[in-house]
Amino acid sequence: MRGTLSDRMGAALLMAPLLLFLVLAYAWPFLGVVKWSFTLPSPGLGQYHALLTDDLVQSVFIRTLRIAAIVTVVSVTAAYAITVVWVRGSPVQRVLAEFCILVPFWISVLTRAFGWVALLSNRGLINTWLQSIGFISEPLTLVRNEFGVIVGMSHFLIPFAVFPLASAMRSLDERVLLAARGLGSSRMRTFWTVFVPMTRSGIIGSALITFVFSLGFFVTPAILGGGRSVMIAELIYLRIFQSPDWGLGAAISVVLVVFVGALMALLFRYVKPRQLV
Amino acid sequence: MPTYRPGPVSLILAVLVALFLLMPLLAVIPVSLTPSRMLTMPTGELSLRHYRSLIEDPRWLDSILLSLRIGIVSSALSTVLALTFSLGVWMFQPRFTAALVGFVLLPMVVPPVVSAVTLYFLLTSVSGISSFFGYDTWLGVAMAHSVMTVPFATVLILVSLSQLDRRIDLAARGLGASVWERATRVIMPNIKFGIVTAALLSFVLSWEEIGVTLFITSVNAITLPRLMWMGLRDNIDPAIAALSVILIIITVLVLAMRSVITRRRPAA
Repeated sequence: MRGTLSDRMGAALLMAPLLLFLVLAYAWPFLGVVKWSFTLPSPGLGQYHALLTDDLVQSVFIRTLRIAAIVTVVSVTAAYAITVVWVRGSPVQRVLAEFCILVPFWISVLTRAFGWVALLSNRGLINTWLQSIGFISEPLTLVRNEFGVIVGMSHFLIPFAVFPLASAMRSLDERVLLAARGLGSSRMRTFWTVFVPMTRSGIIGSALITFVFSLGFFVTPAILGGGRSVMIAELIYLRIFQSPDWGLGAAISVVLVVFVGALMALLFRYVKPRQLV
Repeated sequence: MPTYRPGPVSLILAVLVALFLLMPLLAVIPVSLTPSRMLTMPTGELSLRHYRSLIEDPRWLDSILLSLRIGIVSSALSTVLALTFSLGVWMFQPRFTAALVGFVLLPMVVPPVVSAVTLYFLLTSVSGISSFFGYDTWLGVAMAHSVMTVPFATVLILVSLSQLDRRIDLAARGLGASVWERATRVIMPNIKFGIVTAALLSFVLSWEEIGVTLFITSVNAITLPRLMWMGLRDNIDPAIAALSVILIIITVLVLAMRSVITRRRPAA
């Protein structure tokens, strides 16, 4: 009996500091944010009503969903292409692919966004080059618009999309692929009718992760969108700092958490957490 | 070794994606060497003036020192909290473990902007009580960064604990070791690599953190990413290109070192 009691004490003592820290520094203040959404500027459901009726908020929500959907398709497709080589290529190809996936992954979001500004801006690399070969006379507008946002976000999210795909591709039974080839199926046909269906769980996991990340993305859209294609996260920032409209900022945050929570629940119905890494 | 190799179409597509991934990292190199004060490509001569301004301009140096200090403090805090928690989970396997771990991982899953609003609420509430801890103070930033990094540290330490053989702990226990002795003299030496990795990752995440930092600082606690952000939003300063080149080189070197160490480890 004494053993179990001291065991419980030991576990409680060891686990308490972090749990206490997160309750005080995270859970309790989040309840404060929820409270803001119901009380500022005046008590009631006014802010949630505004969310359903305000044209600006609605257009930002729709734009966010649209950009997130496009970014998801682009990132998962691109990630699929490079993951195939990372997992199934020759040793040299695998090292090169790994380098191209992991180096950007570890470089900060700001540096990467800045790299895209350097490439895409009016006096950037791409416009300078296209003008020097005489292909265009006026610089193209490639950044500070939705195009720049989609490019920058896809670049950020491709490595995240790679991991679930890689785990699905590693675990499949390659004898099935060899059998398909041996039975006379072409490369293309084997890929589309055998390889892709066998990695379905990876595709679903990868798409949901990318989509969920896109919804709350802040830095890249703010820099590469240049204030012209504002997404939800930047709208929250503007509501809290530019207009001090804390109630609306808080209400959008609460809706975002509920929405992402529902998507995560969906994710875990289809994919086990273990399959993601 | 896979016998089913990618064909030529897959290889071409993968090369295109690889170029896309590397392009923005390479683009900053020419920009960092421009003699112009604006963001342009160098047209003839090259200049190191933007590298020099990183050293000479006190704003860059101050923000680097501040980011280092915040990174060290928040990494220490989140590693200690993650370590004690994980030891509790592993040694005692209490009931509701899954729910408790799930709770600890929340800041990793919740959209960062919502965490930012939450920490903004916290620090502005605390500001009324204390002037050195709260909104726009370095201690406030360090604490907020710990909230954001502690889930990652916990995951890493739990993973290295899961690879540890329980029998060594049972042997120590059978020989009469106390909880403290088991933790510090048996378990921790065996997961040293995981603890160091957790501390390092927490530091890197804090060093790069911008989403939350933007919400909880204004004029006093200007971290390096915050200063970069300001430079990117107002007039684009090519000093950021020089800084980016340095950060990219450091990242590549650290990754190369890490892969050398991990290749050597299984042999050692």
